[in-house]
Amino acid sequence: MANFSAYHVSCPSIKNILLLDSEGKRVAVKYYSDDWPTLNAKLAFEKSVFTKTQKTNARTEAEIAMFENNIVVYKFIQDLHFYVTGGDDENELILVTVLQGFFDAVGTLLRQNVDKREALENLNLILLCLDEIVDGGMILESDPNTIAGKVLSHSVDAAAPLSEQTISQALATAREHFTRSLLK
Amino acid sequence: MAQPYLKKDDDRDDEAEYSPFMGIEKGAVLQEAKVFNDPQLDPRRCSQVITKLLYLLNQGETFTKVEATGVFFAVTKLFQSKDIGLRRMVYLIIKELSPSAEEVIIVTSSLMKDMNSKTDMYRANAIRVLCRIIDGTLLTQIERYLKQAIVDKNPVVASAALVSGIHLLQTNPEIVRRWSNEVQEAVQSRAALVQFHSLALLHQIRQNDRLAVSKLVTSLTKGTVRSPLAQCLLIRYTSQVIREAGPNTQTADRPFFDYLDGCLRHKAEMVIFEAARAITELTGVTNRELTPAITVLQLFLSSSKPVLRFAAVRTLNKVAMTHPMAVTNCNIDMESLISDQNRSIATLAITTLLKTGNESSVDRLMKQITNFMSDIADEFKIVVVEAIRTLCLKFPLKYRSLMNFLSNILREEGGFEYKKAIVDSIVILIRDIPDAKESGLFHLCEFIEDCEFTYLSTQILHFLGNEGPKTADPSKYIRYIYNRVILENATVRSSAVSTLAKFGAMVDSLKPRIFILLKRCLFDSDDEVRDRATLYLNTIGCDGSVGETDNDMKDFLFGSLDVPLANLETSLRNYELSEEPFNIDSVPKEVKSQPLAEKKAPSKKPTGLGAPPSGPTSNLDAYEKTLSSIPEFSSFGKLFKSLAPVELTEAETEYAVNVVKHIYDGHVVFQYNCTNTIPEQLLENVTVIVDASEAEDFSEASSKPLRSLPYDSPGQTFVAFEKSDGAAIGKFTNTLKFIVKEVDPTNGEAEEDGVDDEYQLEDLEVVAADYMLKVGVSNFRNAWESMDPECERVDEYGLGVRESLAEAVGAVVNILGMQPCEGTETVPSNSRSHTCLLSGVFIGNVKVLVRLSFGIDGPKQVAMKLAVRSEDQSVSDAIHEIIASG
Repeated sequence: MANFSAYHVSCPSIKNILLLDSEGKRVAVKYYSDDWPTLNAKLAFEKSVFTKTQKTNARTEAEIAMFENNIVVYKFIQDLHFYVTGGDDENELILVTVLQGFFDAVGTLLRQNVDKREALENLNLILLCLDEIVDGGMILESDPNTIAGKVLSHSVDAAAPLSEQTISQALATAREHFTRSLLK
Repeated sequence: MAQPYLKKDDDRDDEAEYSPFMGIEKGAVLQEAKVFNDPQLDPRRCSQVITKLLYLLNQGETFTKVEATGVFFAVTKLFQSKDIGLRRMVYLIIKELSPSAEEVIIVTSSLMKDMNSKTDMYRANAIRVLCRIIDGTLLTQIERYLKQAIVDKNPVVASAALVSGIHLLQTNPEIVRRWSNEVQEAVQSRAALVQFHSLALLHQIRQNDRLAVSKLVTSLTKGTVRSPLAQCLLIRYTSQVIREAGPNTQTADRPFFDYLDGCLRHKAEMVIFEAARAITELTGVTNRELTPAITVLQLFLSSSKPVLRFAAVRTLNKVAMTHPMAVTNCNIDMESLISDQNRSIATLAITTLLKTGNESSVDRLMKQITNFMSDIADEFKIVVVEAIRTLCLKFPLKYRSLMNFLSNILREEGGFEYKKAIVDSIVILIRDIPDAKESGLFHLCEFIEDCEFTYLSTQILHFLGNEGPKTADPSKYIRYIYNRVILENATVRSSAVSTLAKFGAMVDSLKPRIFILLKRCLFDSDDEVRDRATLYLNTIGCDGSVGETDNDMKDFLFGSLDVPLANLETSLRNYELSEEPFNIDSVPKEVKSQPLAEKKAPSKKPTGLGAPPSGPTSNLDAYEKTLSSIPEFSSFGKLFKSLAPVELTEAETEYAVNVVKHIYDGHVVFQYNCTNTIPEQLLENVTVIVDASEAEDFSEASSKPLRSLPYDSPGQTFVAFEKSDGAAIGKFTNTLKFIVKEVDPTNGEAEEDGVDDEYQLEDLEVVAADYMLKVGVSNFRNAWESMDPECERVDEYGLGVRESLAEAVGAVVNILGMQPCEGTETVPSNSRSHTCLLSGVFIGNVKVLVRLSFGIDGPKQVAMKLAVRSEDQSVSDAIHEIIASG
């Protein structure tokens, strides 16, 4: 990840977006700032954010907290915890707009069945969603419907559940299972 | 990708812990990636494999250089597929793999094709990917397309190009600046986000052109700005223009204030808040200007959304520092926030109230604060303590409850900064509120009974010595002080001895008893403690042998040293070398302003000497040649490094000497470049006597004297040391030794007989950085990744209080003597953290890479994380040792 922090003096910028599970483990994370240069620094940040926020009730309204010199806004649903981090001079309402954009877009993409299992099964959608929201710290799009629309237009059948798979896909799946059992 | 990847039996194990990635393993996934090479591509399966790879990366798994290259090449095959979903995943993984320059070339043509595709989605994404991975030369090739994309009718494509432009401006500013016409056009776009992105880019292009920014603001504040985000940007730019227009001297309205005021009525909360905040931050803001902003912030305080409440209270808190009266209207709303579920909001509300509160509300506030002090962080507590101190000075009658509060929190757990803030507060209250003295001193005495911070203990003891004797019953403090002498470390013990002496000097009734206590200190294990005790016993002693009068004695104990400490230090250093007894009157009293010229002086060659700077310049080849021609040194092997000359004499002295350190694997050679500046002298048999008693790892191997050193013609003498393996360090004392012969100025003939003489030179140090060659790498990330992670050593260091982040970065880079990469040695102003990448070659030709992560907090405490990778573990460790000992 390159360092684009220099120009953020006057431009709204996002330092990271985190999607963690109910134990604070990663579902998907994306860092745009090199404030946390190593994996350990990132994990430590995630841990401290998670432990400090897990007891709060961020299910109806987005919540907010300060960590060192950062502002973190967050919202929880089921066993998923959504976080967006920005610098301490950032407009809190811009951060929460990004959070809400991510949160609602994921809701649309997962057809409102938002939980960890569903998120992992559709991890490609979550990753594409992150990619459509922020690019290198710059807010690319914050409207949840536009974000979800952009993600879905690219993945024609990816979200199709097992039952709706075509014969060839089902065969492919079966083949995969078979190879796996051979490799075991 | 809905189907489970699990093995059957896992499936049954635990339904709740189900995950499609359970048991996923890097090696297996890399195997799976072979499907990318299938002649008949299965897009769905390929997408799944990419998702798995991304999952691994996201979980923090790293690919080795070879693995990453393998995956990258395989992925490039997928451009053959026409499947849109798969292509999208291909874009994602290319960005994640961040390929090296050679690899980039392979995908460039595919991406350029996509950039000109009919599918908007391809165009937008190909632009983002390409701009992320290419370098300057390739950029010029695609510049034309990017300019077109900026004005593309599809907003997604335009935004992609604009955002990429914002990133590229950091690395290739001269290219992106050429796009300003297109960007200007995009600002007029009807698409909300295109306007936002183009405005951001345009401003960054013109950032340094005040007039252009002012024009931009003037035209846009009148026009229509569609997206709230763009509106927020415009507010920031507007306040920048207002700020640069200078302070508001006239009573007339500020330019653009109407615009900010108008934004307070915008329909988006984001914009309202941005405008309110901007108004409160205006320099010299008037109450009239503040009022509308405070009013909207007050409305936010009772919002149901925590984020809005937080944003509002945080801003009001800042306003309260400069305009407490303006915020008092919000006090009722603020008090209800003390019980806010969100502790950050509660803390901010409390500290705001402390700044704006009145006398009658103090007791109530203190009660509320006590309840929640235990569950907020130290940084917040310090804020509260400072607010309480200010409040106490404002309402001295309330000192009792405030002092109690302070002493209570002093007893609780806390870090140094927090405790220091409390102690400082108590000390200030004791000084300013006479009634608070007795209880305050008592609280401090209790605190040092169990204080883990030497600094605080000594400060308190000093303060106690000054204030304690003046109280009604000084004897009650003696126990606390003497306990320190028994229980503490040497620093605190000597402080305690001084404090005891002060009591003895001031309170006659205590003198005999203090005398006994001081006598016991004569048997202390520490020199300083014994010395002080002896000194004080004599000073306040009954015989009055040293302090003749009472006044003299008190002057000695309480008076300050009337010379600047820096001057005293210099004088003492000189004294160490001389034979004369030290006399404090000889210490200059004026404060030297350390003129720059003085620092530069030694490097300046004495003028009037026609000779070029002594010796060869710092050119390794030239040095190598010189050295290898000297038989004594020819066996030392290859010269590893030669350092820049270091002056060992002051400018304008009789003999100018500088030294060049030459580093070999097993040896160090000092090359002394000497110049004789006295026309009437000829020096012969010039050597430098090096005392290496402070450099244990070195032993003198050989030396090469300089036969003759006539006036104004530089010559060299060498001393070689054998050293232990690795980075041996040490300090060397140098004395120039020679035979002086008088020269007859009329004919230039030297006398037959000479006199032995010596000339003291400055000391010389060999430091760890001397063993490091500054060698850059072109792509730090790749170099880093190609090093074995096994050899990585990571640790964290506190660098203490530093002037600025930049200064700390500079200091560490200096200590290590490594080459900063990718311009990371420059720290953007105002940044709170920074990462610096360094590379170098350590002695023994070991490549070393270093990643330094710095962070600075409020009181300028700098912390650093040091990650080292090198080809040799022991070298990684050595780098840490350098920092740990530096």
